[in-house]
Amino acid sequence: MKGFYSAKNGYGRQFAKSLRRHWQLYVLVLPPLLFFVIFKYVPMANAVLAFKDYNVIKGIWGSPWVGLKYFNMFFENPIFWTLVRNTMLLSFYQLLAGFPIPILLALMLNEIRNGRFKRFIQLVTFAPYFISTVVMVSMIMLFLAPRLGFVNIALQYFGFEPINFLGEPNMFRSIYVWSDIWQTAGYAAVIYLAALAGIDPTLYEAAKVDGASRFQKIWHVDLPGILPTITIILILNVGNIMSIGFEKIYLLQNSLNLPKSEVIATYVYSMGLLNANYSFATAVGLINSVINLILLVAVNSFAKRISNNSIW
Amino acid sequence: MAISSTVPKRKIRESAGDRLFVFAIYVILSSVLVAVLYPLIYIVSSSISSPSAVVSGKVWLWPVDISFRGFQTIFKTPLIMTGYGNSLFYMAVGTLISVTLTVMLAYPLSRKTFFGRKGILMLVMFTMLFGGGLIPTYLVVKELGMIDSRLALLIPNAIWVWQVIIARSFFQSTIPDELAEASEIDGCSDWRFLGSVVLPLSKPIIAVLVLMYAVGQWNAYFDALIYLKSDKLFPLQLVLRSIIIQNNSAGAMDISIQVQRAQLAELLKYSLIVVATLPVLIIYPFVQRYFVQGMLVGSIKG
Repeated sequence: MKGFYSAKNGYGRQFAKSLRRHWQLYVLVLPPLLFFVIFKYVPMANAVLAFKDYNVIKGIWGSPWVGLKYFNMFFENPIFWTLVRNTMLLSFYQLLAGFPIPILLALMLNEIRNGRFKRFIQLVTFAPYFISTVVMVSMIMLFLAPRLGFVNIALQYFGFEPINFLGEPNMFRSIYVWSDIWQTAGYAAVIYLAALAGIDPTLYEAAKVDGASRFQKIWHVDLPGILPTITIILILNVGNIMSIGFEKIYLLQNSLNLPKSEVIATYVYSMGLLNANYSFATAVGLINSVINLILLVAVNSFAKRISNNSIW
Repeated sequence: MAISSTVPKRKIRESAGDRLFVFAIYVILSSVLVAVLYPLIYIVSSSISSPSAVVSGKVWLWPVDISFRGFQTIFKTPLIMTGYGNSLFYMAVGTLISVTLTVMLAYPLSRKTFFGRKGILMLVMFTMLFGGGLIPTYLVVKELGMIDSRLALLIPNAIWVWQVIIARSFFQSTIPDELAEASEIDGCSDWRFLGSVVLPLSKPIIAVLVLMYAVGQWNAYFDALIYLKSDKLFPLQLVLRSIIIQNNSAGAMDISIQVQRAQLAELLKYSLIVVATLPVLIIYPFVQRYFVQGMLVGSIKG
């Protein structure tokens, strides 16, 4: 206890000293700090709503406690498994297809010696990153439209039956994932290209002297060289598995593809904001955040153990 | 140097396998190029083709019967122009607020003698890992009376943690501690040091912050969707959504006597996409390096 107090005193004195010296910096930090408290930490506290029966008049803190009522309600609802499955499958598909492609793209770009061609490809593949979600989904809808979309026009041209892509639940995941890859692969490759540029040139010299082929050089020099970057990006991606983008899914959703496109985030939105079922939606959202946090911590500690790369 | 010039350079020739390998890479990358470029060109070409050419599927790469009917219609539609104006406003004001707040937070966090920086940093970073969720945040915004006001798009998401991290690591690596300490001894206050030394030295990172926030603000629709109700406040993205995505019940226009209007409506979608995306895509080649820089600064662990 004594140590604790003296430490606290030590901190207090340090703080007082720093405050006298840097009071202007504390003034600067105050508004942004207030922002984080109000818009990030107050909502975290507000999440107790999940354990209460929300009453508009009594407010969050005055509403009566109901314990795990809304959690049980969700777990017992048959939609629970559908939502978890849809969220997980979409995320894993996204991870499986979307994670390696930027790496491959960067490795291939790294082999190109023609500077202009390389720069042009980078410029073009990076560009779709700047397209907004609304425009992206608009493009998908226009291209895949049952009659007027160019994909169906092309299909018919080659003698196939037109497909109502967006009305086909089984197509939903592929549409989501591949349009995402189209949009972000070039952007994601940048980070790997930078890592590749940082590899010690003497390793390439050595590989050359040893008579390594280009492929062997990629396998034995490039890949090990960017492995730490790969690990960190992988951790971040796995940590985001449950928070898969609401924005795009919501826009792509329609009554036909709902069996595959309803995920936790869109369900929270429709339950909470459209049906005003605040407590229930908060409970569902909370479950999602907690799973997310657990996943991130687990992946991070796993990566730390096997490769010494981690995000904290 | 004289020695090396006497020794003939022994260039290791590429083997046939290697040349095949490189050839394959060129082929794959060229297909990637086509796959990324084609949809973009198709949209632009359609937007400047005639309405009937678009609807009958005549456009497949280059514009057919060039016409600017789509763009003319856009500029005559008040809803779209209001949305455009709103988006410009949200982008300008939102970026100003966001960049200011980000620097206000990131700079003190970069100073080693600033007591509490570790605690504050952890507080800020933790919000990347865990959040209260949609409804609790919505209730806070509602409590503050921001529902259906412009503030709802400017304040609740004003600071992105990622931007704070990259700004902080930039300050840390560019502004030497000795410089800050020396000016402190000379009686220069922290504010003045920030204003007259740090900011002028930090133009690259300010550019990164401005661009990322501006593009983010221009492209955002989610906050508008949940917080705004009156369409005179809607940003362009929300207008786009209602025109292109919600109107997408194809088939309804079949028996319409207003075939022409239906065709124009279809053309309008392409023109709208171009109008909404062009500002960003035009400046993009000139600013790409700032984005790359931003990503790379952020990836340095610090």
